[in-house]
Amino acid sequence: MGLLDKQFNDDNIVITKVDDLLNWARLSSLWQVGFGLACCAIEMMATSASHYDFDRFGVIPRPSPRQSDVIIISGTVTLKMATRIKRLYEQMPDPKYVISMGSCSNCGGPYWEHGYHVLKGVDRVIPVDVYVPGCPPRPEALLEGLLKLQEKIRNESLVKKS
Amino acid sequence: MKTTEEIFEILKTNFGESILELVTAAPVEKFIRINQLEVDKVCQFLRDSQELLFDSLMNLSGVDDANGKKTAADNGDQIISGGTLSVYYHLESTKYRHKLVLKVSAEREKPDVVSVANVWRHADWHEREAYDLFGINFLNHPDLRRILMPYDWDAGYPLRKDYKNPEFYQGMKVPY
Amino acid sequence: MALKTEEMILNMGPQHPSTHGVLRLELELEGEIIVGAKPHIGYLHRCFEKHCEAMSYPQVTPYTDRMDYLASMYNEFGYALAVEKLLGIQVPERVEYIRVIMGEFQRIASHLVAIGTYGLDIGAMTPFLYCFRDREKILSLFEQTCGARLLYNYIWVGGLSHDLHPDFLIQARDFIKYFRPKIKELNDLLTNNKIFIDRTANVGILPLDLAINYGISGPNLRASGFKWDIRKDDAYSVYNKFDFDIPVGKGTMGTVGDCWDRYYIRILEMEESLKIIEQAIEQIPEGDVTSAIPKRIKPAVGQVYSRVENPRGELGYFIISDGSVNPFRVKVKGPSFVHLGIMNELLKGYMIADVIAILGSIDIVLGEVDR
Repeated sequence: MGLLDKQFNDDNIVITKVDDLLNWARLSSLWQVGFGLACCAIEMMATSASHYDFDRFGVIPRPSPRQSDVIIISGTVTLKMATRIKRLYEQMPDPKYVISMGSCSNCGGPYWEHGYHVLKGVDRVIPVDVYVPGCPPRPEALLEGLLKLQEKIRNESLVKKS
Repeated sequence: MKTTEEIFEILKTNFGESILELVTAAPVEKFIRINQLEVDKVCQFLRDSQELLFDSLMNLSGVDDANGKKTAADNGDQIISGGTLSVYYHLESTKYRHKLVLKVSAEREKPDVVSVANVWRHADWHEREAYDLFGINFLNHPDLRRILMPYDWDAGYPLRKDYKNPEFYQGMKVPY
Repeated sequence: MALKTEEMILNMGPQHPSTHGVLRLELELEGEIIVGAKPHIGYLHRCFEKHCEAMSYPQVTPYTDRMDYLASMYNEFGYALAVEKLLGIQVPERVEYIRVIMGEFQRIASHLVAIGTYGLDIGAMTPFLYCFRDREKILSLFEQTCGARLLYNYIWVGGLSHDLHPDFLIQARDFIKYFRPKIKELNDLLTNNKIFIDRTANVGILPLDLAINYGISGPNLRASGFKWDIRKDDAYSVYNKFDFDIPVGKGTMGTVGDCWDRYYIRILEMEESLKIIEQAIEQIPEGDVTSAIPKRIKPAVGQVYSRVENPRGELGYFIISDGSVNPFRVKVKGPSFVHLGIMNELLKGYMIADVIAILGSIDIVLGEVDR
């Protein structure tokens, strides 16, 4: 997460203020990779449209993973796609976050029992920060997931936690 | 518009041996069973004949008939040996509006069916899918390889009734 | 001295902002011109057909939703019609009318997404926002009826899960009055826009005999000049009681069967859908929507192939029953699967930027391609 990360052993007023500044900057402009897999992608597009508006939180879609902070895995992850998702995740620069949207990427969803080609949960290949349940989750649920991610970022710190 | 019985008579006069039987017992659809190695000639005739003109293939699907002998393997899995794998063709004529259903069956251990991809280009991808999911080998197909499953999937043909899931694929755990 | 040239292979990978989902196109390029295109699919193969063999007939309905997720009502409609044909049951007339109304609203919503994302691919961002704004109104109508915005589980075998809300018909009439001027707004924004016409006219021309041989159906076939619509030519449900036109491509801005034609057919189809909904609202009878739902669905041994006119083309269900409560085999013929097969022929000779225009005009949904 950068040159300054975890270099400090204790907390003081300068670190706290720098923490606040960095965290505020990161959570206010989370740029997402334009990555939609299945039905949840349509709800993600509806969230970006004018009725529910993702842009007021600073989230805009970028076409390339090299220019983005957050990847929203929206839709079913199949075995064929899982290797590509791992590659996309590794191409993103730090600090990066993952939101798993929908039942299918949380745990396999409705295809958990007989899906021979479905990966039961994207956390089998990449680490996930926030899980948003639903099939598909409403746009309000996705916005709540984003707010939870922002809360998680707000609590991050440069201090090495012992 | 011609009925299935009339078309059966026309095909019987032209192809004789290759046309096996007309099945009308089951509800909703009647179908004609054809020899699996002659199906491309029959389909070429059906497409080009002026009184039939079946210029559109609506659907092509593979089916595992599961009519062989079911035995239990050592670890309790069910294996089916013998029996047939079938392919159903649904044809339609856009000019005369009549429809036809054909069925071919091939043995499970060596499922060879001649491809109709040269008659209707529509059949190309449908046959690739039947090969991918059932293992039916289409002879003279322009490009027979897997289409939906990964190209290096070696755990068998998923839609067969005795298919068993592998544990791991490229390091990822497959079952729940 | 002659230049040494070499063919280049360019990968439009599974993650791409304009491929409408997880599709991989392997393009062989000679400079900027395409000489071959190989689509690779299967990145969204969710084993629908295997699930059908393990679930009972009513349990399959939510899975059919998720195949073509932009037109869920029509997937359920097609499945319900197929199983009802196999069982030989007749549903009440009110159910038929409500199914048609929901289906046509779904057609408008699906075309709005197609048009909005097509504009976005070409480079116009505003129509996308306008289309999604209008689509939200349709989704709130659906939500009022059955509780869900995108995947409904509403049209069951033998009937519906809920009857219409008491205010539904009034709100539907209001929507029709609201939406007609919006189509004119869309035409001013995108259809008659000079940049859009330059990018889509005379691009991706699909000849008619090739289209029929490849099994193309729906708006793509009608844009090539052939008047073929399953709602009229092989009528199902109560479509024969309504009076509507079938728009056909005429090559107004370029040649017959180019991208502009395919796009314009969709705009005209939205108008026709409004006509159908108006007539259905006038004629709808009273009745009980759950009276014909069978308690236990166990069809006799047999098979059926039944098809409906999806917003994308001909959606066919081939169901084989072996007399038990689970289907023996369900094969779905999705129109997008068929349309992708023609990409190799359709893309030859055009440039890379035209790939996006052609792919967007075919209007595929990967859930239906891979099932």
